Amino acid sequence: MKRTTIKQVLSYVKKHAFFLVASLFFAAVSVVLTLYVPILTGDAIDLIIEPGKVDFAGIGAILVKIAACIGITAVAQWVMNVCNNRITYDVVRDIRKDAFKKIEILPLKYIDGHSHGEVVSRVIADVDQFADGLLMGFTQLFTGVITILGTLFFMLTIHLGITLVVVVITPVSLFVASFIAKRTYTMFQLQSKTRGEQTALIDEMIGNQKVVQAFGREKEVLTQFDEINERLRACSLRAIFFSSLTNPCTRFVNSLVYAGVGISGAVLAIANGISVGQLSCFLSYANQYTKPFNEISGVVTELQNALACAARIFDLINETPQIPDAEDAKRLVADGNVSLSHVEFSYVPERPLIRDFNLKVAPGQRVAIVGPTGCGKTTVINLLMRFYDVDSGSIQVSGEDIRDVTRGSLRTSFGMVLQETWLRAGTIRDNIAMGKPEATIEEIIAAAKAAHAHSFIKRLKDGYDTVIGEDGGSLSQGQKQLLCIARVMLDLPPMLILDEATSSIDTRTEIRIQKAFAAMMEGRTSFIVAHRLSTIMEADVILVMKDGNIIEQGNHQTLLQQGGFYTTLYNSQF
Amino acid sequence: MKKLLVYLRDYKKETVLAPLFKMLEASFELFVPLVMAAIVDVGIKQEDTPYILRMGLVLVALGLVGLATSVTAQYFAAKAAVGFAAKLKHALFAHIQGMSYAETDRTGISTLITRLTSDVNQVQSGVNLVLRLFLRSPFIVFGAMIMAFTIDVKSALIFVVTIPALSIVVFGIMLISIPLYKKVQAALDKVLGITRENLSGVRVIRAFHQETKEQERFSGYNDALTKIQMFVGRISALMNPVTYIIVNAAVIALIYTGALQVDTGRLTQGEVIAIVNYMSQILVELIKLANLIITVTKAFACAKRIEAVFEAPTGVHIYTEKELGGEALAEKDAPAVVFEHVSLRYPAAGADALTDIHFTANRGETIGIIGGTGSGKSSLVQLIPRFYEVTGGRVLVNGQDVRTYQTEELKDRIGIVPQKAVLFSGSIRDNIRFGKQDATDAEIEEALMVAQAKSFVDEKEGRLDFVVAQGGKNLSGGQKQRLTIARAVVKKPDILILDDSASALDYATDAALRKAIRELDGRTTTFIVSQRTASVLHADKIIVLDDGEMVGIGRHEELLASCPVYKEIYDSQSTGRKESEAV
Repeated sequence: MKRTTIKQVLSYVKKHAFFLVASLFFAAVSVVLTLYVPILTGDAIDLIIEPGKVDFAGIGAILVKIAACIGITAVAQWVMNVCNNRITYDVVRDIRKDAFKKIEILPLKYIDGHSHGEVVSRVIADVDQFADGLLMGFTQLFTGVITILGTLFFMLTIHLGITLVVVVITPVSLFVASFIAKRTYTMFQLQSKTRGEQTALIDEMIGNQKVVQAFGREKEVLTQFDEINERLRACSLRAIFFSSLTNPCTRFVNSLVYAGVGISGAVLAIANGISVGQLSCFLSYANQYTKPFNEISGVVTELQNALACAARIFDLINETPQIPDAEDAKRLVADGNVSLSHVEFSYVPERPLIRDFNLKVAPGQRVAIVGPTGCGKTTVINLLMRFYDVDSGSIQVSGEDIRDVTRGSLRTSFGMVLQETWLRAGTIRDNIAMGKPEATIEEIIAAAKAAHAHSFIKRLKDGYDTVIGEDGGSLSQGQKQLLCIARVMLDLPPMLILDEATSSIDTRTEIRIQKAFAAMMEGRTSFIVAHRLSTIMEADVILVMKDGNIIEQGNHQTLLQQGGFYTTLYNSQF
Repeated sequence: MKKLLVYLRDYKKETVLAPLFKMLEASFELFVPLVMAAIVDVGIKQEDTPYILRMGLVLVALGLVGLATSVTAQYFAAKAAVGFAAKLKHALFAHIQGMSYAETDRTGISTLITRLTSDVNQVQSGVNLVLRLFLRSPFIVFGAMIMAFTIDVKSALIFVVTIPALSIVVFGIMLISIPLYKKVQAALDKVLGITRENLSGVRVIRAFHQETKEQERFSGYNDALTKIQMFVGRISALMNPVTYIIVNAAVIALIYTGALQVDTGRLTQGEVIAIVNYMSQILVELIKLANLIITVTKAFACAKRIEAVFEAPTGVHIYTEKELGGEALAEKDAPAVVFEHVSLRYPAAGADALTDIHFTANRGETIGIIGGTGSGKSSLVQLIPRFYEVTGGRVLVNGQDVRTYQTEELKDRIGIVPQKAVLFSGSIRDNIRFGKQDATDAEIEEALMVAQAKSFVDEKEGRLDFVVAQGGKNLSGGQKQRLTIARAVVKKPDILILDDSASALDYATDAALRKAIRELDGRTTTFIVSQRTASVLHADKIIVLDDGEMVGIGRHEELLASCPVYKEIYDSQSTGRKESEAV
């Protein structure tokens, strides 16, 4: 699983091979030169022995070399950073793009079945975390490894013995770090679990603060909160303290390395094994050599974290998309004929919903779907729009099985107004023109007028250019619904799916919506999730639903004569 | 930040000791180059191996002491930071709970939640880092400089030039990039926005076959984000190379002046090495400091957001009759609820939400409240439990002004079913007991019966023990509403308020519910807010609201004759009825 994730990450990185090679090259240049500078510094110090014994000409020459090295190193570092940035952000952009592309073709089943917050957090937070890890991995892991190898090489060219001192002691810090990391892992797990518990409580209780207050339960809730808070405090303290031991411990190991180099170097210097300048060079190497070791454990956790995030994103990207349109799928030219034959459908196999459902609708007919709350009236919409596929049987529009035509042409043949109004953040104009972006303002105004929305839009601050926030922002429920109607009005398709609002709309607006609906339905095949008696009575066919099943079918008169569930419903409601 | 520091009060000792131990550690670190210089100048020059070994041990000892002090510092810092966060969270949670409806409305629930969670976490890591590092880094930077001064003034002057130069670069790059990071955040918000939009609007987008266009739009935002990220990246990528140049230029200068000084005998070789070492220590610290400052700036921003919450007032003042100047009616025969010329204006609103509302609800009566959206129906009933404060007139419950009640006393008498059906995670029993903590199962069953919830509860596995998921996700809208009704009914309140809380129920269930409520103990006064005339048809009094004003009060038949607004609402909802009568 991990390997496939890495493979997939690499497939994204591959496109940027050029920058990757460049980054590696400049990393090597900068590291090698960085390591060369201490040698030069050591050489210079060797030329400063004691009063009267200072070789200024030599020092001058070395200092010029040092300056050159510094200059080149700095440039190489910058170029390397820029390359890494480029790789990371480009990869991240591509991943996000693919993730979004997948969202657009995921089956509705997936989107309905997953919390949107979670999907969003994959596309945003996980990708971000992945980017951080990747960037850090590139910059630190590359340079770290090259630094270790480079220092090793340079140290060996100076003196084997002292090099051994450094090489033997340093890994201790790695050992210590991984020891601590392992021990603290469970503490961190506990911390994040407890933190999750607390967030859930906060979300629930503060989110529904008004209810808590209305029932005067603040004290009990606070006690509940305090209990979790105290547990969180205790386990956070442990996690934070023990993990923060890494730094002091590795630093201590470093000071051991430093002392080791100091002692062995000095003793060797007495025996004239190395010069004082070489000793100073060694000391600085000892520091440089240990640094990547200290960082590596951090980098490794970061990378692991990044991989975990990548795995979550790839989960989404690799999710099976909806069955694509067949290659020879036709463009539907709808005439308003709709027929369902032997349709069987269920959301979960264990709970069969619609069984052997047959229906023939002629052009211009109205079909009302009625039933008590939560009886699954929207299922019919899901099937007609092919948001979900039928399990068996078929749905035909204009004699074509809807699975044989393109989804786009099928869906645009239906005008849909749902009770759950959805508007996007943007101007009123953009919202109305959603299905037909090239519409002129005259067309848009005409649609708004037809939807009885023009009068309220006109009164908004910037009229049609008024920007509304996410999900309609400050508009009332009724106004939102009028806008959704205008959106369909702009380019009226031959068939309609309408969902009457049950509540939250004031009478006057509701009358407007009724009028707009009536105008729309004129001569069009319409499916209406109906709550109003007048709508139901005018329908050519009434589908009576209960517990997800269509239990009765007919017109008002025949259904009443049947004396079945519809009659009960009718008598209790009206 | 300052105001939040009180929550560190219980950790005074830790707050002082943590940085102190950190500074101790730093000072030991500063001795290292001096010891090294001694090894070179004394040990090597005089070929004194035992001296070298002794000094080597000193180095190890310095390391050990450093380890001990820094572990101590880490402990104190962690303890103080975590304890601080716990206290802060407790106080913040309690404060938010005490905020009035008006305050909560003003601030917004979701920001309150972020402030309690991620903001507090940011502040916690800020405090932890400050205690650990904020004193350490400057201490090392200036300490190194001072140590350099003790060795050689002329070389130390190079430090005096280098440190400001480094600070200018580090802070300069930060000052430039921080606002740019805000832009990155804004660009990211756009990407987040469109992703969320495409999930919530998936049906509409697919219905209009806009998938490809949405992808183009997303790519636009995504590319913009990438572009700004790269731009910021390019600037912050300057940090390391530039500081590297400055520090190494200083090293060159140090070697050169060092050479001059050694030549005249004012410095030794070992001392030159020591000074060069101090310079490298500064470089390391500066990089740490730069990372630290980003965290600290973030923590400060978060602290400000938290403080803003604390500034919001909480609690309500319990008045005495005298203060209000009104007179209580005698308890015995007082009507359940009286509104005396009440008006209400929400804070920061331009106009009254309610104007001159005047009526009496007697015990056992059912009061229907009807009107269009925004006509003030919910506002009216929310004044009874004093969720909002009247801005004119007064509201009496059992003859006593609501503002003179102790909060609990008032809430005990009232059972309210809010518009939005909210349930909590826990069993059905727990949820009903939310209304009455010690309710017996028999009482709960009775409440379920009244709320028409019994039939579906019977079908649930475990019945009362059936676990409601967070937000009631495993229940339908109508089921949730019925449970919230049961939760209010179980209290056997004097006053029961149904705030448009039967909207997800079908007419049959709604009618059965109303019937069951009517049959409750005869002293319960019931308020039913609704958009549907059918729901209030049989009420003893129907109050018709239009734009915050009472345009009618009376029985159904009276209002049909006298109140045009009521007639309009009724007619619009019952066209079907007439037609069916005609059939």
